[in-house]
Amino acid sequence: MIEIKNVSKWYGTFRVLDDCSMAIAKGEVVVICGPSGSGKSTLIKCVNGLEPFTKGEITVDGISVGARSTNLPKLRSRIGMVFQNFELFPHMTAADNIVLAQQKVLGRGAEEARAKAQELLARMGLSEQAAKFPAQLSGGQQQRVAIARALAMDPIAMLFDEPTSALDPEMITEVLDVMVKLAEEGMTMAVVTHEMGFARRVAHRVVFMDQGAIVEDATKADFFGKPRSERAQLFLSKILTH
Amino acid sequence: MGVYNWNWSILFKEPYLGWIISGFGNTILIALLAWAIAFPLGSVIGILRTVENRVLRLAATTYVEIFRNIPLLVQMFLWYFVVPELLPADWGRWVKRDLPYPQFITVVLCLGLYTAARVAEQVRSGIEAIPRGQRNAGLAMGLTPTQVYRHVLIPVAYRTIIPPLTSDFLGVFKNSSLALTIGVLELTAQSRQIEEYTFAAFEAFAVATVLYCLVTGLVIAIMRVVETRTRIVGAITVGG
Amino acid sequence: MFSGFDFDVIWRNMPFLLNGVWLTLQLTIMAVTGGILLGLILAVARLSGIKPLAWGVAAYVNFLRSMPLILVIFWFYTLVPKLTGTSISGFYSVLIAFIMFEAAYYSEIIRAGISSVKRGQISAAMALGLTNLQAMRYVVLPQAIRNMIPVLLTQSIVMLQDTSLVYVVGLRDFLTSAEIVASRDNRPTELYLFVALIFLVVCFSASRLVNRLRRKYTL
Repeated sequence: MIEIKNVSKWYGTFRVLDDCSMAIAKGEVVVICGPSGSGKSTLIKCVNGLEPFTKGEITVDGISVGARSTNLPKLRSRIGMVFQNFELFPHMTAADNIVLAQQKVLGRGAEEARAKAQELLARMGLSEQAAKFPAQLSGGQQQRVAIARALAMDPIAMLFDEPTSALDPEMITEVLDVMVKLAEEGMTMAVVTHEMGFARRVAHRVVFMDQGAIVEDATKADFFGKPRSERAQLFLSKILTH
Repeated sequence: MGVYNWNWSILFKEPYLGWIISGFGNTILIALLAWAIAFPLGSVIGILRTVENRVLRLAATTYVEIFRNIPLLVQMFLWYFVVPELLPADWGRWVKRDLPYPQFITVVLCLGLYTAARVAEQVRSGIEAIPRGQRNAGLAMGLTPTQVYRHVLIPVAYRTIIPPLTSDFLGVFKNSSLALTIGVLELTAQSRQIEEYTFAAFEAFAVATVLYCLVTGLVIAIMRVVETRTRIVGAITVGG
Repeated sequence: MFSGFDFDVIWRNMPFLLNGVWLTLQLTIMAVTGGILLGLILAVARLSGIKPLAWGVAAYVNFLRSMPLILVIFWFYTLVPKLTGTSISGFYSVLIAFIMFEAAYYSEIIRAGISSVKRGQISAAMALGLTNLQAMRYVVLPQAIRNMIPVLLTQSIVMLQDTSLVYVVGLRDFLTSAEIVASRDNRPTELYLFVALIFLVVCFSASRLVNRLRRKYTL
């Protein structure tokens, strides 16, 4: 469903992405990990065109992201994205955050959009919070609203950019639980995260990046069994010692 | 504009050239002297607005509110026409009769006190922008509150408020033009006077405009250098 | 302290002073409205991404911000009638000067307001499939306006005080009217104290109100 072929990206002379290739099939859950600055967030943002790339090709459901003729807003509306810092719109209630793009992008009626928002908030266990503003919600609640906002567009795939790294420890579980459920329902997911517990539970594959390059792309069993590269071993030993 | 007779050479004739030079000199002098009052006084008032003591805080706040909420021109008239009347009789007589350069001194005092209120606001916001943890960290090390200000808060605050302070300094420089209302012949007044004598309005105002722009450009360039030299890596910045 | 002062002079000249107040109010309201509108156009032009346009606006803004308001008033007061060739009234010459001058300041406030919305917000709007224009309209502007309204109002209070500078061309605003009475009746103390007090009360209350707004609406 998502295909990344030989993608490179430079900031001036600094190479952020170095000839990256990978594919995510329908219903697959791929965890992307690696040290900070390894380019994993940049790569995932290339998938929906939030970051332009210099070379290579990315296609989503057969449509090229980099092509000039592509209607990017339309393509983006079919891919859900969840951000590290939630990025809920602070001037709107939780429900309005979920309603906005349904109406303005998908052209749904007010009633339909509102019903969908209520249904999703209920699924996230947040029915009570519908009328609250982002600043009145905890980090974990905000991130779940953000997930609901993305799901409201009925996306064909979901991208998660370090969805739990801005959260207090006690809130990480409530967000991961939602993501696990989503994975079990068969959603196609690309998740940038350091949560190896999550990877062990639901990932099909784990991709390890370092210095802009994909160093390892392995099945979950292979990756946790014995990573082939030294760098991946080192990385794992560092984040798993605690 | 077809019928306008350009006459740029007028600016290089006496007495007009002399007027421009003396006006420009007065403008610079007023600005520097007023800043010499505004910067230290404003710093003290701004710091007082952030201390724990309620009385000091209230006094500083009152100062700022009064000087900020009365138009500068009205303040100028108050200092020039009203204050001498309200002083004890002897003092008033001295101010009116024996004070040398009364208009000039009035302008410097008025601008200095007015600008101090603005400086105080910048200093306060610079200090308040520093996370509370910095103050606590200083106190936790056993520093006294005064030491915390001296070694932690003030060095950080002043670096972050260099841009707004620059614009306040340029404010004094521009506001010195109000001196003309009580008869001090600074740059704007001189250009107005040349206009009245020669009807060369465009030329007269243009020369003043160019001089104001030059000084502004120069000050901004210097302060940019100061700012980069004193910058703390990764520090917060405060907007103007 | 005030023995020998005659505050009755204020009541005797109230109608005349009120005329001055009226002119001050008219000038302020018209200049604020015009200044914000022109400022908005300038800010949008500067953020448009069209290089020559953005550059031209930046030059205009920096140019006017390096000039004293009095000089700008002189410029327009003497040159507008000459340039237009019509006998435009002093009021409108001065009004144009204020609009052109204040627009430079307003445009910077508006630009800062728009830039204050974090990039992540735009990314999030884009990720949902909103177009650039929709992201601007539904996500960026509503937040930007909330952030800049208090600052715009504060600048308008400054503007109200700035209108007193029309004294230099003899337009009869509140201060100039007071000055006329003060020199005619030789009562400067009473009149200037009165003007100062009125401005102090009005501007102080207005800035308190703005502070309350700021606390309520800032995101």
